[in-house]
Amino acid sequence: MSIMEIIGSVLILIGSIFLFLGGLGIYRMPDIYNRLQAGTKATTLGAMSLILGVGFLEPSWMLKSLIIIIFIAFSNPISSHALARANYKRKHFPLILSEDKKNMDAYREVIEQEDKEDKS
Amino acid sequence: MQTLSFSEKVQRFILNWFFMMLVWIMFTSTFATQEVVVGAIVTMFISMMSISMFTCCTLKILSPVRIFWMVYYLLVFIVALIKANLDVARRVLTPSLPINPGVVKFKTQLTTNYSKMVLANSITLTPGTLTVDVIDDTFYIHWIDVTTTDPEKAFTEIAESFEKILLKIF
Repeated sequence: MSIMEIIGSVLILIGSIFLFLGGLGIYRMPDIYNRLQAGTKATTLGAMSLILGVGFLEPSWMLKSLIIIIFIAFSNPISSHALARANYKRKHFPLILSEDKKNMDAYREVIEQEDKEDKS
Repeated sequence: MQTLSFSEKVQRFILNWFFMMLVWIMFTSTFATQEVVVGAIVTMFISMMSISMFTCCTLKILSPVRIFWMVYYLLVFIVALIKANLDVARRVLTPSLPINPGVVKFKTQLTTNYSKMVLANSITLTPGTLTVDVIDDTFYIHWIDVTTTDPEKAFTEIAESFEKILLKIF
């Protein structure tokens, strides 16, 4: 095995571990926002590491995998932002807050303002 | 959409063309004449059509000082991304699930849309935070472990290190 193959395999292993942790996070977290947190971060680094590993194993694909990594770095957080915002506006799944901190929802005022404008 | 002077339009067009050509050459991974010529023609038409929509800045973004800060930003960002993943791993693997979620808001000094987008994306990928919405200059952040609800303290903890660098780039 050459040094490139070893680096590539290690990167793919790390990527798979983080993707697994992301899946476990989506299973264990209580509400949609915490699930998005676990899902977005773990899948971004997981996919990046995995694709970079493929680039190391197959050196002629290296530039293509770099482009894909840049696209993932831009599109992943945007999609999670869109999901979180859409869910908050639809009030489909409530935001779970810890018992003693009910006032920690700074976004509610925006939604209430919009609701008032819709009614008037 | 803002109104642009002619020289700004030309600079944006050249910058856009350059980056599209870079992506094209990286994807094809070759310098064969036919590939490069077809790529140059197609990217020229696309960047001409999208001057006022998909371009962010004039050619001054390619000055060495700004490129230095961009590389520095990239390093800071990668360190934060790895930290965020270790943080997620720690929270997920701890049996008691140590979370204390809430939504906080803070204001930013950034003005252009592109810098705000980069800041919002970076915040989503750094430890324990997720951008829910950006309205004008106010960011609404879902924070997995809230330590403060005060906007200024939240800003110092979440975004200050990124914003300092972004102000130097844009």
